Amino acid sequence: MAGLSLDLIALQLFAGLALGAIYVLFAIGLSLIFGMLTVVNFAHGAFYMVGAYVGVYILMLGGDFWICLIAVPLLVGLFGVAVERVLIRPLYGRGIDYPLLLTFGLSYVMVEFVRIAFGKTGFPFDTPEILQGAVNIGVGYFPLYRLFVIGATATVLLALWLFLEKTSFGLIIRAGARDPQIVRVLGVDVARVWLIVFGIGTAIAGFAGLLAAPLQGVIPEMGGTILAEAFVVTVVGGMGSIGGAVLAGLLVGVVVSMTSLFAPEMAKVSIFALMAVVLIIRPQGFFGRAGLMS
Amino acid sequence: MSWFQFATRHRASIASLVVLVFPLVMPFTALAVNILIYGLYALGFNLVYGYLGLLSFGHAALFGTGAYLCGIAIVHFALPWYAAIALGILGGLLMAALIGVLAIRTRGIYFAMVTMALSQCVYYLFYQAVDWTGGENGLRGINVRVIDIFGIKLNFINPLTRYYVIAAFVIAAFFVLSRILASPFGAVIEAVRENETRAKASGYDATVTRLITFVLSGGFCGLAGALQALHLSIVPIEILHYDTSGVVVMIALLGGMGTFFGPMIGAAAFLLLENLVSVWTVHWQLIVGAVFMICVLFFPAGIWGTLISRGKP
Amino acid sequence: MNKITKPGSISRRRLLTTVSAGAALTVSPFRINLLQAQEATIKIGFPVPLTGPYGTEAQDQVRAGQLAIAQFNDAGGLGGRKAELVVRDDKLNPGEAATRTLELVEKEKVNFVVGSLSAAVQLAINNVTKERGIIFNSISQSDAINEAADFSKFTFHEALNPHLTSGAVGRYAFSKFGKKVAFLTADYAYGHEMVRGFLDVGKAFNIENLGDIRHPLGTSDFSTLLPRIQALKPDILCISNFGRDQQIVLKQATDFGVKKTTQIIAPLLSHASRVAAGPQAFEGVIGGCSFYWGIEDKFASTKAFNDAFRKMYDGKLPTDYGALGYGGVRTVLTAVKNAGSVDTDKVIAAMEALKYDFYKGPQYYRKCDHQSVQSVLVIRSKSKDMKNESDVFDVINTDEPNEANLRTCAELGHKS
Repeated sequence: MAGLSLDLIALQLFAGLALGAIYVLFAIGLSLIFGMLTVVNFAHGAFYMVGAYVGVYILMLGGDFWICLIAVPLLVGLFGVAVERVLIRPLYGRGIDYPLLLTFGLSYVMVEFVRIAFGKTGFPFDTPEILQGAVNIGVGYFPLYRLFVIGATATVLLALWLFLEKTSFGLIIRAGARDPQIVRVLGVDVARVWLIVFGIGTAIAGFAGLLAAPLQGVIPEMGGTILAEAFVVTVVGGMGSIGGAVLAGLLVGVVVSMTSLFAPEMAKVSIFALMAVVLIIRPQGFFGRAGLMS
Repeated sequence: MSWFQFATRHRASIASLVVLVFPLVMPFTALAVNILIYGLYALGFNLVYGYLGLLSFGHAALFGTGAYLCGIAIVHFALPWYAAIALGILGGLLMAALIGVLAIRTRGIYFAMVTMALSQCVYYLFYQAVDWTGGENGLRGINVRVIDIFGIKLNFINPLTRYYVIAAFVIAAFFVLSRILASPFGAVIEAVRENETRAKASGYDATVTRLITFVLSGGFCGLAGALQALHLSIVPIEILHYDTSGVVVMIALLGGMGTFFGPMIGAAAFLLLENLVSVWTVHWQLIVGAVFMICVLFFPAGIWGTLISRGKP
Repeated sequence: MNKITKPGSISRRRLLTTVSAGAALTVSPFRINLLQAQEATIKIGFPVPLTGPYGTEAQDQVRAGQLAIAQFNDAGGLGGRKAELVVRDDKLNPGEAATRTLELVEKEKVNFVVGSLSAAVQLAINNVTKERGIIFNSISQSDAINEAADFSKFTFHEALNPHLTSGAVGRYAFSKFGKKVAFLTADYAYGHEMVRGFLDVGKAFNIENLGDIRHPLGTSDFSTLLPRIQALKPDILCISNFGRDQQIVLKQATDFGVKKTTQIIAPLLSHASRVAAGPQAFEGVIGGCSFYWGIEDKFASTKAFNDAFRKMYDGKLPTDYGALGYGGVRTVLTAVKNAGSVDTDKVIAAMEALKYDFYKGPQYYRKCDHQSVQSVLVIRSKSKDMKNESDVFDVINTDEPNEANLRTCAELGHKS
C-alpha cells in the first residue's frame, strides 16, 4: 500500500488516542451513572450535545473558550442534577428498564429543544487561536488542539481519580458501586449520592461535547452516533468500571483509527462486532461487575 | 362473565373487527396500513418484552430482514407474492434464531445491549450488500399490481384493496398469537417471567423457553416487514437502523406491554400523533418524546394497560 | 404546511352551473364539465425534508416553489385554473417519503409531484409515482434516477447530477493545479458517483490517481485519514462527500494544514453548507453548483428570478437549492400551459419538447432519460470583498449546457 511507513502508523496511533480521549470522557460518565445508579442513560448523547451548545452560547455572549471549560461542565452538571431529581428519581424501584426508557424519550425532547432554540443547521466552532496549527511530534505534524484534548482528558481523569480515591465522598461512591445495599444500611443518604453522581457524569459528558466542538462543529444530532459507539466502550470496559472505560475507550479509538488505515468501510462494523463478541464471551467486559441481572 | 373476561376470550375477534372498520376513520388509507404493520411489529416485540420481560433493542433486525427477503424474492427472483411473504416470515424466524442463540444467555440490560449491537451488525451487512439490497438507496421495484388469489384478481394499487389484503394477514396473526398465548406454552412464558427459579424447579428450561419465544417473535416481525415491503414498494435501509428498534419500544410502552390490544393501540397512537403533529409543527419529535416520557413516569401500563386496570372489576 | 380547502369554490361551481343551466334550455354535458374543470385546482405534491439537517434548504425550496405557483396563477393559470403546492415533510427518510407520496396521490389526488432532496428519497417517491402514472420531477442531485432500472416515462430530473458537476470541476481543476490527484470519498452511492465522474474526466487530462480513500457516511473525525492523505503529497485533493461530512472534513483539513500544499476541490458546494461551516473551513475551496444568484449580470432570467424572489420574501436572495424548487415546479406548470391540459401523456410530451430559460440560462430535457441538460457553475469560496451577506462565492468558470458532459444513454442502460 502506498505510503505506509512506521511514521504513518505512529501518527495514526496518535490520532486514535485523541479520538479515544473523547470516547473515554463520554464513556466514563455513562459508566459512573450505570455503576452507581444502575441507570442506562440514553440521554447521555444529548447532554454531550448540550455541552457543545452551551459553549456556543457563551461564545455568542462574548466569552472565550477558557471560560467555557469551567462554565460548561458546571451548567450541564446542574441540569443533570435537575433531571435526576425530577425525572429519574420517581422511577427507582420500578425495574431496570424504566430509567432507560425515560432517558430515551428525554433525548428526543432535548434534541428538539436545541433545534428550536438554535436552529437545525448547526454552528461552526473555531479552534481557539492559541491552540491552532500543528506541531511536529517527531513522526509528523499533528494538530495542537488534539494534543490539548488528550491533555485535558488526562487532567479530568486525574481529578476524578483523586476525587474517588482520596475523598470520603469518593469512598462512598466506590463502596456504592461495589455493594449498594450495604451502603444504605450504613446510613448513607443514597439518594443524595446518586444525585451528585448523575450530575458529575453528565457534567463530564458536557465537557466532552465542548472539547469535541472545534473538531467537528456543532449540530443537534451530534450526540446520536457517539452514544451508540460509547455503548461499545462501556460494554467492553465493563459497565460501572472507570478503569475499564478508560482502557476500552482508548482501545476503541485505536481500533477505529487502525481499521481506517486498512479498510475504512469496516471501521464501524468492527466495533459493533467487537461489542457483540465481548458480550457473548465475557458479558461483564474487562472490569465490570459480573452477573448483573434485571 | 365480566366484560373484561369476555374481551379476553374473544380478543382476536374483537381486534379483527376493529381492523375491518379502521380505514373508514383514518385520514388516509396508507396511514391505516402503516398502523397495521407497526401494530403487528409491536405485537411481535410485545411477545418478548411484555410477556417474557426481556427488553430487546434489536428488533429492527427481525423486521428489516423480513422486509428485505420479501423484497429480494420479488425483485431478484420474480417470485409470486405469497412466496415472498412466506420468505419474509422465514427470514424473521431465522434471524431471530441467530440473534437469539447468541444473545439469550445474557440478562437484563446486557440483553438490550447485545441485541442492539448485533442488529447494528446486520444493518451494516445489508448496507454493504448493495447488489442484493440496493445499499443506501434502498431496494426499489417491489411493484405488485395484482394479487391473484385462486383466480380472483385484486387490484393491489387500489388503496382500500391493499389495506384489506394486508389486514387479512394481520388478522391471521392475531388468531395465531392468541392461540399461542392461550396454549400451555403461553403459561410457561408467563411462569418464566414471574419466577424463573420456580419455573426451572417445575422442570421447564428457561433458556429454551426464551429462545423459542424470541424466534416466534421474529416470525411476527418478519411478516410485518414483508407486508411493509409490499405496501411501500420499497425497503429503505433505515428499516434496520436502531431508531426502528427504538420506535417499537416506544409503541409497545405507549400502548401497554403484556396486553393483547396494547401494541395495536400504541401503534395507532404513535403514528397518529406523529402524523397530526407533523402537519401542525415541524417539531413533532418534541411532542412525541414528551408524551413518551409522561407515559413512562405516570402511565407505565400504557394507554390500554391503564384503561383496563381502571375498568377491571 | 399550508393546504387546500377552498370551501368557496364548491358553492361557486354550483352557482355557475345553475346559472348556465338556467341561461340556456339545453346545456351540453361538455359545457358543464368544462366549467367544473375550471374550478378544480391543479395540485402539485411537494415532498421535501423539512425536518432534519437539510431543513433550511428544504424551506428555501418551498419558498421558491411557491413563487413559481404564484407567477403561474398571476398570469391566469390554465385558462383560469389555478395551481397549488401541497407541501409535505419527507423527513429525509425514504419510507416516510413513500407514505407521504401515497397520501399525496391517494388522498390529495395531486396531478404531479415535484421534490425530494436525498437520493434514496427520490427513488422511493419515483417508485410510487411511476406505478400510478403520475409525473415526478425530481430535484435531488443524484444519478440513480436516470438509470434504466428506476426510470419511467413519468420520471423527470430537473436537478443536475454528480457526474455533471464533478466533470465540470474536474475539467477546470485538472488543467490548472497539477496532475497528482488524491481522492477522499464518502462510501455511499453518491460518493462513488462523484469519483466516477472525476476519474472519467481525469482520463483526458492524464491525471495520476494517487489513491481513493473511502470514509463511512457520517464520519465525524477524519484525523485518522488526513495524515495518510498528506503522506501521498497530492497537488489536488478531491473530496467527494456532502452536507455535514463535507463541512467537517474541510474544517479538519484546514486544521491539519492540507491547504498549504494542496488545492482542495469538491464536486458540489452548497450555500447552506458554506454558511454553516463558516468562511475559514471553506476558504479557497473550489467546487461546482447548479445556481448562484450572482450570475444575474449574465442572464436576464436570473435577474428576473432574483427580483421576484426578493419582492416576495423581504429582500432575501434565492440559493442553489431554492432555484431547483423553482425550476422543478415552473417546468411542470409551463408544460401544462403548453399542453393546454393536465392530461399526463400530453404534459409529458410538452415537457420533452420544452426549451426553457427560467433562472440560469438555456435548458432542455434529454429524451432518453428526461435529464435536464444545463450549465454547471464552477465556484470558489470567498470571505473578503463580499457585496452582501449572500455573496460567499465567486463564479470562476461555467460549463455550458452540453449533452456530451452527461453519461450516455447507453451507459445508463437505455435502449435506443
